[in-house]
Amino acid sequence: MPLIEVKNLKKKYAEGEFPTVALHGVSFDINNGEFVAIMGPSGSGKSTLLHILGFLDSQTSGTYHFDGKKMQDYDDEELARIRNKKMGFVFQAFNLLPRTSVYENVLLPLVYSDIPEENWDELVKQAILSVGLESRMHHEPSELSGGEKQRAAIARALVTDPQIIFADEPTGNLDSKSGQAVMEILQELNERDNRTIVLITHETYTAENAERIIHMLDGEIERDHPVTNRKSAKARYEK
Amino acid sequence: MHWKHVIKTSLTSLRINRSRSLLTIAGMIIGVASITLIMSLGEGAQAFILGQVQGIGSRTIAVLPGRQPTSPADTAQLFSDSLKQKDVEALQKKENVPEGELVMPIVLGADTASYGNETYNITLFGATEAIQKILDVYPSSGNFYTDDDVRQYGSVIVIGNKVKEKLFADEDPIGKKLRIKGKNFRIIGVLPKKGSGLFDFDGAALLPYTTAQQYIFGTKFFNRVVVQVHSEDEITSAIVNIENTLRDSHGITDPSKDDFFVETPADVISRLGVVTSALTLLLASLAAISLVVGGIGIMNIMLVSVTERTREIGLRKAIGATEKEIMIQFLIEAILLTFIGGMLGVLLGVSLSLLSAFLVNHFSTVAWSFIFPIRGALLGIGVSVSIGLIFGIYPAKQAAKKNPIEALRFE
Repeated sequence: MPLIEVKNLKKKYAEGEFPTVALHGVSFDINNGEFVAIMGPSGSGKSTLLHILGFLDSQTSGTYHFDGKKMQDYDDEELARIRNKKMGFVFQAFNLLPRTSVYENVLLPLVYSDIPEENWDELVKQAILSVGLESRMHHEPSELSGGEKQRAAIARALVTDPQIIFADEPTGNLDSKSGQAVMEILQELNERDNRTIVLITHETYTAENAERIIHMLDGEIERDHPVTNRKSAKARYEK
Repeated sequence: MHWKHVIKTSLTSLRINRSRSLLTIAGMIIGVASITLIMSLGEGAQAFILGQVQGIGSRTIAVLPGRQPTSPADTAQLFSDSLKQKDVEALQKKENVPEGELVMPIVLGADTASYGNETYNITLFGATEAIQKILDVYPSSGNFYTDDDVRQYGSVIVIGNKVKEKLFADEDPIGKKLRIKGKNFRIIGVLPKKGSGLFDFDGAALLPYTTAQQYIFGTKFFNRVVVQVHSEDEITSAIVNIENTLRDSHGITDPSKDDFFVETPADVISRLGVVTSALTLLLASLAAISLVVGGIGIMNIMLVSVTERTREIGLRKAIGATEKEIMIQFLIEAILLTFIGGMLGVLLGVSLSLLSAFLVNHFSTVAWSFIFPIRGALLGIGVSVSIGLIFGIYPAKQAAKKNPIEALRFE
């Protein structure tokens, strides 16, 4: 059973004078442990799709099964619980809380979880360690470089040990070196922990870190193919 | 819901905007401080009055001329001349008022007293020897006038401490002649310093009521007649007997036509209590208006804060916060803000109340006691927390309703 099962997903925005159609009916599956990149130019509907997949938005029509259950069957509170427990989010703009230490930022999802408080400290430290930010644990975001900020954000996404990580242009605000480092971490999370990763990007070289690329254009899937000559981020960086 | 974290988050956000938070609650602080101060002063005033009235003794009944005042316009009735010597004699008869231990008529007035070249305006109390016991006015030097002085229109007088200071300075006034209305009165005693109370004895002089009526006021009526009963239990029956005796003496059959009224210390306490409570309540409600104004300011700032933290709200939702959790967080923030305001307000109000008690005691003769306004403090904190709740709900709902995508996109 695929982790994500999308059938004829449509999304219309009724706001404004002219209704905009963001998704024209897309269908695909994503299996557990896959690393999928959704690629396309701006306006192609890739972000809308990610928002629906991440329960942050809902479709106008079509069905979306996550982990075998229809999205419409969950109420708002259950959606929030699943976002907390099974999903992790990494954003282009990091979205770390200002004037709050890396430690406190990474801790944030635990506050909304049912994980007992006595385990929090260990989970937070583990997540920070896994992105190699232990020396920055008590620094505030304003004291971090862009790459460090994104690594902190990844640690925050990891702290509840989610099944799937949604990364929306995670390298968009980073220089190529920091971008590579972030991609390496995502690959490692996929390969080592068998975590499903859905990556949104408009850059081919970033998308090629994934195992499979879904190309989007004007709200439709243009192409869906595996990456044949996939290189690990580390190998390319060393070259 | 991890409350510890919710409160910690709220405190952090209040601390980040420290000066804004403080300015926001300035209105609350002033409002709560006013309420606390007013209630503290109100309770102090009541305690003061109670202390004064209780000093008169609970076994005394005062009979006053005129009708009982029911409105400010009625005060003119107080100057009625209905209480005469024959009434005093009727009240003294055991068959009329068996509960009565003693009956003392009082005449009151003010006039200029002089000694040598010095003059001073004094209050004059004309009564019997019993006034010493009833109002606790024993002379500290010299003697008091006797019942013989009363019977014989004796030109003797006992003066208050301030009168002595003003007219005699360092001289011993005993035996000297005090001149009032062209007549000389021999000073036989001086009262100790008493401080201001219901009556200001420091600036007063006491003399036989017969003398006062005859030589100073030229009247034949009394300003009040005090009846002291044997025990407190007899007050109720004594009042009935006093009323019947006076109606009989005045030829009144319809009690609604009474030209006198009876007052006990309990009546005075409750009447003054009603006045101070009403005044306190009025002032406290005025102060409460400033709390409502403060509440609107808090709502305004919370709305600004919600807009500023749109991204944060979006993020919290994305990582699993429910609408309810977002709402509670902002509500707690508003309540914490107003709670802190309330606490600071109580602190300020209590300090001001302490300060005013100190000033009153230091610079006036009134013995004012500071009373910690527990009711005012609880009311102030309760009201401010409620205001946080009431004015925090709308901004908190706005926060909870934010769409996470829009919120994350917000720049």
